[in-house]
Order: sequence, then structure tokens, then C-alpha cells
Amino acid sequence: MKSRYSIFSLARNALHYHRDWDQAWRSPEPKAQYDVVIVGAGGHGLATAYYLAKEHGITNVAVLEKGWLGGGNTGRNTTVVRSNYLWDESAHLYEHSLKLWEGLSQDLNFNLMFSQRGLLALAHNQHELRELSRRVNAIRLNGIDSELMTVEQVKAFCPILDCSPGKRHPILGASLQRRGGTARHDAVAWGFARAADARGIDIIQNCEVTGFRMASGRVEGVETSRGFIGAGKVGVVVAGHASVLAGMAGLRLPIESHPLQALVTEPVKPVLHTVVMSSAVHVYVSQSDKGELVMGAGIDGYNSYAQRGSEPVVENLLNALIELFPIFSRLKLMRQWGGIVDVCPDASPIIGKTPVAGLYFNCGWGTGGFKATPGSGWVFAHTIAQDRPHRLNEAFTLERFGHGYLVDEHGAAGVAH
Amino acid sequence: MTTQPYRLARGGRIDRAKRLRFSFNDRAYEGYRGDTLASALLANGVVLVGRGFKYHRPRGIMTAGSEEPNAIVQLGVGDRTEPNIRATQVELYDGLSAASINCWPSVEFDLGAVNGMMSRLFPAGFYYKTFMWPPSFWMKYEYFIRRMAGLGKAPDAPDPDRYDKTFAHCDVLVVGAGPAGLAAALAAGRAGARVILADEQAEPGGSLLASGETINGQPAAEWIAAALAELASMPDARVLARTTAFSYGDHNYVQMVERVADHLPPASSPGPRQRLWRVRAGQVVLAAGAIERPLVFADNDRPGIMLASAAATYVRRYAAAPGRRVLVFANNDGAYRDALALLDAGIGISAIVDPRPDPGAAIVAEIRRRGIEVLAGHVVAGTKGHGRVESAQVMKLDGDKVAGAARSIGCDAIAMSGGWNPTVHLFSQSGGKLRFDAARATFLPGAPVQAIRVAGAANGATSLQDCLREGHAAGAASAADAGAAGKAGDAPQAEPATPDEPAMPIWIVPSVKPVGEGGKHFIDHQNDVTAADLQLAVREGYSSVEHLKRYTTMGMGTDQGKTSNVNALALLAVTLGHEVGAVGTTTFRPPYTPVTVGAFAGHDQGDLLDPVRKTPLHGWHEIMGAPFENVGQWRRAWYYPKPGEDMHAAVGREAKAVRTGVGIVDASTLGKIDIQGPDAVELLNWVYTNAWNKLEIGRCRYGLMLGEDGMVMDDGVTTRLGENHYLMTTTTGNAARVLGWLENWLQCEWPHMRVYCTSVTEQWATVALNGPLARRLLAELTTDIELDPAKFPFLSFREGRVAAIPARIYRISFTGELSYEINVAPSHAVALWQALMAAGEKYAIVPYGTETMHVLRAEKGYIIVGQETDGTVTPHDLGMDWIVSKAKKDFIGKRSLARADTSRPDRKHLMGLLAENPSEVLPEGGQVVAEVKDRPPMAMIGHVTSSYFSPNAGRSIAMALIKNGRNRMGETVHVPAGERVIRATVTEPKFFDPEGKRLDG
Repeated sequence: MKSRYSIFSLARNALHYHRDWDQAWRSPEPKAQYDVVIVGAGGHGLATAYYLAKEHGITNVAVLEKGWLGGGNTGRNTTVVRSNYLWDESAHLYEHSLKLWEGLSQDLNFNLMFSQRGLLALAHNQHELRELSRRVNAIRLNGIDSELMTVEQVKAFCPILDCSPGKRHPILGASLQRRGGTARHDAVAWGFARAADARGIDIIQNCEVTGFRMASGRVEGVETSRGFIGAGKVGVVVAGHASVLAGMAGLRLPIESHPLQALVTEPVKPVLHTVVMSSAVHVYVSQSDKGELVMGAGIDGYNSYAQRGSEPVVENLLNALIELFPIFSRLKLMRQWGGIVDVCPDASPIIGKTPVAGLYFNCGWGTGGFKATPGSGWVFAHTIAQDRPHRLNEAFTLERFGHGYLVDEHGAAGVAH
Repeated sequence: MTTQPYRLARGGRIDRAKRLRFSFNDRAYEGYRGDTLASALLANGVVLVGRGFKYHRPRGIMTAGSEEPNAIVQLGVGDRTEPNIRATQVELYDGLSAASINCWPSVEFDLGAVNGMMSRLFPAGFYYKTFMWPPSFWMKYEYFIRRMAGLGKAPDAPDPDRYDKTFAHCDVLVVGAGPAGLAAALAAGRAGARVILADEQAEPGGSLLASGETINGQPAAEWIAAALAELASMPDARVLARTTAFSYGDHNYVQMVERVADHLPPASSPGPRQRLWRVRAGQVVLAAGAIERPLVFADNDRPGIMLASAAATYVRRYAAAPGRRVLVFANNDGAYRDALALLDAGIGISAIVDPRPDPGAAIVAEIRRRGIEVLAGHVVAGTKGHGRVESAQVMKLDGDKVAGAARSIGCDAIAMSGGWNPTVHLFSQSGGKLRFDAARATFLPGAPVQAIRVAGAANGATSLQDCLREGHAAGAASAADAGAAGKAGDAPQAEPATPDEPAMPIWIVPSVKPVGEGGKHFIDHQNDVTAADLQLAVREGYSSVEHLKRYTTMGMGTDQGKTSNVNALALLAVTLGHEVGAVGTTTFRPPYTPVTVGAFAGHDQGDLLDPVRKTPLHGWHEIMGAPFENVGQWRRAWYYPKPGEDMHAAVGREAKAVRTGVGIVDASTLGKIDIQGPDAVELLNWVYTNAWNKLEIGRCRYGLMLGEDGMVMDDGVTTRLGENHYLMTTTTGNAARVLGWLENWLQCEWPHMRVYCTSVTEQWATVALNGPLARRLLAELTTDIELDPAKFPFLSFREGRVAAIPARIYRISFTGELSYEINVAPSHAVALWQALMAAGEKYAIVPYGTETMHVLRAEKGYIIVGQETDGTVTPHDLGMDWIVSKAKKDFIGKRSLARADTSRPDRKHLMGLLAENPSEVLPEGGQVVAEVKDRPPMAMIGHVTSSYFSPNAGRSIAMALIKNGRNRMGETVHVPAGERVIRATVTEPKFFDPEGKRLDG
């Protein structure tokens, strides 16, 4: 049993110069056989493992990771959490996730710095106002918090936004989800990893899956850079490389992989107290607790597995930032990076079974996977444990691209796909 | 005004005739032209310049360059203030004002220092372990945590400065104008290559600016001047000082930022403040030098402790003494040369502490000869001092421990050196991998993957001769690879130097107490990350380099770990029992040093953020007082209010006039694509759902365009102008997208098709006459076009003259009225419009805007793509089955339409909605529910897509997408709107002239 984290344990350990802290997670050798193998130790994979143990009592589980845990999109995103989605299916899934977020630091005993500082989505023309109003109405009727704001209310809520009417793309209004906000992305991976490890789950880093062993339509385990690992069931959660892994199982996914870039400025004293998104002036931005402005925009248009993007995206993003916040012009870009996002045609994820028995995929979260981390793991754990989707993810099947029941959330992504 | 007590009497590249006044923390000082803020502060004896990020310990100037972690200041005031500026890079100007950051009330007395007293409670990652109780309190904790963090302050007003951009090509880009870079640029330039030489410092020269060595028999400074003169004489060599190459992309795409006016007093220069350079270089020579490695010893952060090379630089280049009694602590011979420079300038050296048991190089002997004590096999085990280092506790090194009694040696500065780290950031960004060189105990560039060569100290060279030789060779080879055939000449020659003895890597300097239990061994000075933090992280399992970095925040400050990363990586390896280098490195991310956001934006700000597209009639609309609405990039006239009219009144008047008389509208923004070629009709058959084979020349047809998913993507009328010649129109917002769509299919999927698409949106201005009197009006202005509906029927096209202007006239209608869309060259648009207005006066012609256009089309139930559709709507959903060909073998989207869900009969259908109260306008975007509950959640069956008050129907009208709508005709549904619920009836989406009798007037 791990020692609990608290101000008291911190003080107690301080007496011993912090020599006695446990490892947050072990680094075990892989066993020959597991009940469930999860491929991908990002936030979603680790959350899946955690909820398999916590909700379903399945603890003979390994999470395999090619590199270091949390090193993919979990450690590369812009940390926004929200549930302001248009369609019922997405709204319920993301809202379930948001509700999990709301108690997650305590549940995991790891401070995820989940900060419900609100999320403003701006409208800059009549069309966007209409769409925003449609969205707010839908979200509210789904029982989720959302409000429409006039430009005056926007100005009062975020005074440093340039709300002057003569702008090239003036702000005409906004929607606000007060329960939206940010969380510390690395902490999410670490918190789930530590909590899953505490429940006996093996997290095996530097273990790359190179193939699936299958017999008579059923998965038997995975070939890895550290040898074969047997598994009753295999759940694959490898954002950025879902199609690659699917290919190893002989499956084709309707996914395109694109670079998505993010960047931060140098830290400054608190100046932006909410999350602001704009699609017409394309940027989303928040200020981290450390003081950096954390920003992103749309994906790079081309397909790529390189974790870097092209310059025009960065330039347009920074143009947009100054358009919204003229006072940020003299801040300085400090670090930029890229990740790979797997985008589905309807900008919604795939969470469910595959034609191979015992093989499950959770992928296609596009630019918006971070906010879904706990919810995604929760429903995926259910899907794997019960061999059928939970009500919350039954719309997000792979088959929907065959029968056409899509969950088109292009508008909700907040960024152009 | 204080004098400059630490200014040396002689030397330095400063202009003593040019005194500059400046203020730091509201105190006035003087410096000289040529100073940096850091050198001027040192000359004035100011060593306490800031406070640590976490523990708020006093901090001083540690380096003399862009790697500075400590001395970051708030520069300037008002709208030109700038946070987090490295004092070591700020060129002094008259009137400069700067202040310490992250301390309160002052840098001398900082209340935050209480954190230091409680520092044992704040190990790496402490915040992940606490602040969780009570659960709702995180936002309150966070409020204070955020205020503690954050370094400097953002300005509170818009940036008054301008920024510029230059795009450039060259054969050879040389990054760094030190000895290697200058030699490379000379070699490449002599060979005839087009050269750009960029250096981040105020003047080229790099380390030579603080060197006592000679090149080609000249003192270094003279050789620099000669080299620059030669470069200046070359036809195509450009030298950029104050220019940092900060990012290296694919295909040798290097971004640089030139600080054009930052060295001048604010607002004193008419030009841009900074210029962003985007250089596509044939070849790159990276001669970025090396950064000296600090030593990680207990309390190595006191003001006065700086890099040995920085101490020498301040003395030689700026004539500023870092102290009067300097203790040197170094593991290599280079620092002895720095000590010599200090001695030569009359600065006392209290001792040289060297962990090597028996340093024997000639330079060591020379130092001893000059009476300086060299404590071989010793280390600095701790320091003492308040606000400035006052003594070092020197102990004998015994393996990885210290032994014997500590000897306290008084000093007011410590010059430290743990060796050198080549500046390989850009090489790493270029995709090249690094390799650890155990002999030199440093990471060196491995094999390049782009056209880049690394030369000089960046490549691990240590002697001036090697730097010059490598630079020359790299410049010559790059020029040759770039195709320059000339001779590169001879490499510059430095005096031969005796080789250094090997340095002794010492990644953590032991102290009396174990690491973390007394004194702090800082690794990352900016983020206050200590060796104990690092060891804690490893203990807790955060032992991959990226976990370590993220858990401890090591290397994540504004310096991005320039002085700390390698020490941390090495200590990580040592802690894990690995070879140094075996743990890899973190990724070097752009930018090399932080770059002003405004420089990326350049001129593309404000009105230039996004081009504004205006129709040729824009001026006329403005004169008429029309408000405009943004539609895509276009500005469209919204409505034309008469005095006293609001939008509702104006739209009511306009909409009635069109149905009773004649209205005129500017439709120039509609996308127009000219399609020509023998396969044009085949293309149309693919991209539209209906059939195009039988369209005769001179006839028009409406088409719906679907995505591959079967969802409506765009609509418009296409006209056959000639045998193989069509004009397609698109919606205003989708014009570019549709052209891209066509090109995508043509270029990627159907390259065999002989068809060419050209945007002609701006080549034609479009004026549409609508209303029962349209023909009478048009007839007055044209003689060569037969307007009789029998001769010129609906959905056909004629060419002729209108008001003597050559025109194309299309009989298509977006109002349901008799309509002529007249297209003329843009230069004739105003003349045409005015002629129509003049002739139309007797028909009471009324100009109308987009709002009335929307009302009129909604009265007829015509859709607007993007309003009635949202990417989830099929033609069937819109009730437009008639336009989907059953006969055509295939078209884009056909297969998707056959999918189980897409062909479901109870999908959402486009319906009319009539509010029970005819004067109540349903809210657009309102959700439709079948059953109202007391509170959410409520099942939604659709939403209102368009809603207006219709003056012609005499009531409110709305269109809505409603689940299974066609089977709900006549049903009452509900639209919750704020606190109220509006009841409405489901109808056909047609509210005026449902039979369509009015098209011919």
C-alpha cells in the first residue's frame, strides 16, 4: 500500500529530507500472461487500467508503453477540460468525464491542479452567434452548464480581451462554461499511473508492441520489443498511431493522422484568468499556474507522423493571439512543440470492439482527447470488462462509419479539422 | 548618482566618452556605451539583481550571454515594458530603466524569502502531493500559487512598436560570428557563395571580443575588423548582428529574429523594433559556440558566483570587475586563462580550487608563478554570504566525498567552470542526433540529416586554431556543395597553443552533509531545481529524462536549461548508475531564445490580420449608410436604413418592395468558378448530385454538392456558356473551399480529366434585380437582349449590353420573384448600379441587403448552406430528393447516401415552424423539444435554423431541422427560450407563393 499524499505526509517526510517517499510506480518485468493488456500508457490507457481495477476488479493488467508514460499527446496538449458539446452522445460522454474530473485529485490522491476557471468560446460574426446559441441551448437542455454572453458580459468577465467593435473580427458574444478549465497534463498521467500501480497493475515502459498474436479470430496477446506477452483481452489506446496498430491487426481505421502544434510564452504574473477560444480568429489560450500562456490552434493540413508542424500555423496562431489580446504582443514565445492527432471523419472518437474478438480500440480523439481522459478510460474499461460498450460510448463504434450514424462534432472541436 | 566603483581603469570595448544614465530598481546609475545592463550593474557594484523563483534566494549575474538563468529583469515602463529580459543581453542606452522581478517589496528585502526558510516542505513536485483538502479549495490555493509564480509582468496596453519580416535565400547561412563563424563566412564568401552571417550579439566576434589572442599576427579585434571589411566588400555577403537564429525546420528553413531597435531608447527609431528573418539556406554552418557549464556545489547560487568565462568577458570586453577577490573553482585549464585575464586586469584571485589531483599544464604553472595558490584535489564544499558571496568553504576531495577540515577562503566572487557544452540546439532541431563524447565529457553533434555542418566550439573544438580551421573548412565545403566554384583561400592562423590537459568531469560536488540535507546544490538556477530535487524525482520513479524534466521543472524556464540540462542529465545518469549519455537528452525545442510574439505577427495585425474583401459597389453601400456584416472575408451590405429606421423596419420595407415592385442587390460575393475543357461536364456529373449531360448551351441548372459522407457541402447554379465551358457559382463563404475541392479531385484522383478550373469571383460584379417590375426596368436599359420569358426563360443565360455595358445576364432567382442577375466587369459595376437606380426610380426601386435576402429566401423555403445545413444534412433531409439523380451511376457522396443511417426515413427533416403567436419570432439556434419538462435534461428533436419576421407572410416564420419532421406535420412542438417556452406548429417549409408562380413576374 502506498503512503498517501497530504500536507501531513509532506511535513513528515521533510523531517527525513524526503528520503522515504515510495516510487510513484514500479518498473516491473512483464509477466507471461495478463487478463488484459492495455497498449499505450498515456492518460487514456492508464485511466482504462485504473478503472478496470477500481470499477471491475480486474487487476491482472499490464499497460505497455513504447516510450515513457504520458509522453504522447497527454504530455503535449494544451490542458483544456470542458464538456460543451453539441450532440447528445458527445455531451453525455464528455460530461461524464467532467464529473469524474471534479473529484479526480481526491480519487487518485494526486493533485491534478484541476482548475475550473471557466471557458469562453467567442463568436465573431452572425453565423457564429447563431451556432453558439444553438450549442448553448443544446448543452443546457442536456443538463450541462453553459451560458450565452453579450459582448459587454465578455468584457466584464475577461477585461483584457479587445472587445472594441471596429476590429477586423469583432467579438459579438461568447458562450461560457464555468465548470470548464484546465488541469496539469503530466499530473494526470502520473496520478493515474500511481493509482493503477497501487492496485497491482503493471506499467511497463520502453516496451513497444510490434504485432498481435491472433488465432481463429481472437486475440491471444501482443508481440513486443520485450517478447510475447499473452493476454485474454487487448485494449489499444495509442493516439497518433492508432492506424498503425490497427494495421498490425489487419484492420483499417477511418483515421487521418495530422500534426497539431502547441506553444507557450514565457511566464508572467497572472493576467488571464480563464480559457479563451476563438475559431474565426483561430486560437485557444489559457495561462498555466506557472504563468505561461499556453496556446494552440488548428491542425496542420497534411498527414504526418512527425511530432512537429509547419510555421504558418504558428504564425497565424500568434496573429490571432494579438488580435484578441493586444497586450500580449511583447510577451515572448518560449517553447513550441507538436504532437500527432488521429482525426475521424466526424471529429468524434472510436471507442469499442473490433472484428477481432478480445481486441478493443479507443482512438480518434482528434484534438480533444485530454479533456476526455477519465471518461474515456472509464467507458473503455467497461467495454473491455463487459465485452460490450457502456451506454455512454455505444454510439462511438467503428461500425458507425459503415452505417452512417455519425456524431459530427466538427463545430465542437473549437478548431478546424 | 553612484560612480562606477567596479569599473576598471583601462580596457574594454566600451566608449568611455559616452556616458549613459540608467536606473535599476528606481536607483540611478551610470554606464558607458558598449555596456550591457549586466556589465553596467557589475561596474556599479550591483550584484544582487533578482530573487530565485521558488525560494526567493538572492541571485546575481551568472553569465555574460543568452544563457543567463538568473539576471532576468522587467525592462522599460508603460506600454513598452517587457518582462523577463536577460540583463546580459540588454545593450545599455541612455534613460534605460529596469527592475528586478518576482520579489516584494524589494529585491533586497523580499518577503517571499520565507519560502526559503520552509524550503524543506517544498521539494520537487510538492504541489502534486498536497492542496487536495478540502476538495473544493484548490481554486483558492491556486489563486495564491499563481501569484507566487510568473516572473515578470505583461504590459497593460497594446504594443506601440512595429515588427517586420524578411524572407531570404542564401547559399550558405553561418550561425554565429565567433572565430569559426567568421572563418566560415570568409571562406564561403571568397568562394563566391551568397552568404548570410548572423550573430546574436551586438557586434560580431563572439569569444574574440574578450580575447587576448592574435590571428594572422593581428590582435583579435583587428582581425575581426578586417574580416568584416572583407565581408562588406563582397557582393553578396550579409552580416546581421543582434540576430538570433532560433529555429531550424525541414529543408534548411531557419528562422531568425533581428533586434533592430532594442538597443536604442524607446520610440527613438522610425523603423521596426524587430525583424523576423525566414531564411531558406542551401547550406548551414552552425558555429554557435559553446556554453560554459556551472559546477553543482552547495549554495552555488549566491550573487557573485558566475561562470569563469563570463568573469573574463566582463573584465576584458566591458572593463567591469565581477569582484575584487575572486575565487576560481574549475575542473579544466581554460578557467586558468580566465583567471589570468582577471589578474592582468589587477583583480585579486584568492585561490584556484581544482578537483583534479595534479593539474600540470603550463598555464597552471604560470598561475602559480604569479603567486596564486592552486588548491589541487580540492573543491568548494559550500559558500557563505549575505546578498553576495563572502567566502568559500574549500575541502579536499576524496573520491565522491569531501575529507578533512574545511578552509574558509574569503572572496567576493567565485568564477566557476565545469567544462563546456557545445551549443547544439539548432543541430538537434535540424533532426541530427547527439552523441556523448566521454573524453570531452560533453554532447557533440552526430551525423547531420540536413545540409548542415557544425564547426568550432559548437563541434567541441577548444583551441582558437581548431575553431578557425574547422570554420574555414566548413565554409569552404558548404560553398562547394552550394555550387560556388571560387577559391576559399587559406584558413586564418592563430598562435599555436599548447594542448590542455583533460578536464575532470564532476557532476555533483560533494559537501559535508549529504546532498539535500544542508546547503542547496542548484542545477537549474532559474527554476530553483536542486540536485536533491533531482534525486528525489529519481527515487520516486520519475527517472526518464522527460519525467525528470517535467516533475522537477528542470530546464523549463525562460533559459530552457542552457546552463542546467547537461548537468542534470549527467547527474541523472550518475544517480541511476548509468554511463553519462546513456539516458539520452530532452528534446531541444524552438525557439533557441524566446522570441517576441509581435515579431511573428509582423504587419499582419489589426485590419491586416485577414484581408477584407469588398465588392466594387462597397463605396456606394457606405454612402447609403448600410451597416455591413462579415461573411467569410467579405463585407456585405446588411440593410439600408432610412432615417429613423431600425433593422426590423428597414428589412420590412425592403422585403415588401421586392415582392411588389423591384429590388436591387449586390450579389458580387458569390463564388464563381470558370470551368473549361472537354471533361468539364464529367466533372460536374461527379461533384453534383444531378445530371448535367443534357444541359444546353445558354442554360443554367441548380446543383447540390455533397461531401464523400453524403452530406450537403455547397450549392449553386452552374451555367453552360459554351460547348466545353461552364460557369459554376458557389456560396460566398465556401468559394475557396469548393475550388480547392475541385482541384483536389482533379489533381489527386482524376488527373486524366481534361478540365481546368479558375476562380473568377472578382472578375465579375453581380447585380441582381428582383421583383415583378424587374423586366420592365431592365427592358429600358437593354436593346440587344430579348427579355420575353418565352425567349429568355427561367434558368437561362444571355449576353448583351445593359446600360451600354457588356453584361452576362442569368435568369436565376433566390427570392422566388422574377429575377435577373446581371454580371459585368467590376470597373463597370458602379455605372451599372447607378443606371439601374436612375431608371428604376419611377418603379420605386429599393436596394436591399443580406438580411432582406435571407428573409425573402426563407419565405420561399430556400436553404442557405451552413445555416440549414451543418455537415450532417443530406438532400433527402432537406426535402430535395428531386435533385439527386437515380440514373447516374455514381457521384461524390452517392455511396454514403445508401448507408443504413443516411437512408433512414426518420432522420431530421427541414420543416417550417410557425410560432403560435404570429408576432413572436422564434430564436435562431433554439432547440426544439417534443415534451417540456420542469428542468433539463430534455430530449431534443431538432433546432431552429432560420427565423424571421416575414413582412410578406405577415407573421413570423421559421425553418427547423426536426427529427422525423415530415411525419409530424401539424404537430405542436416547443422551443425553450431562456425562461420561456414558445409553442410552434410543424409545417411545410414554404411560407409564400408555395406554387412558385411568380418566377416569371
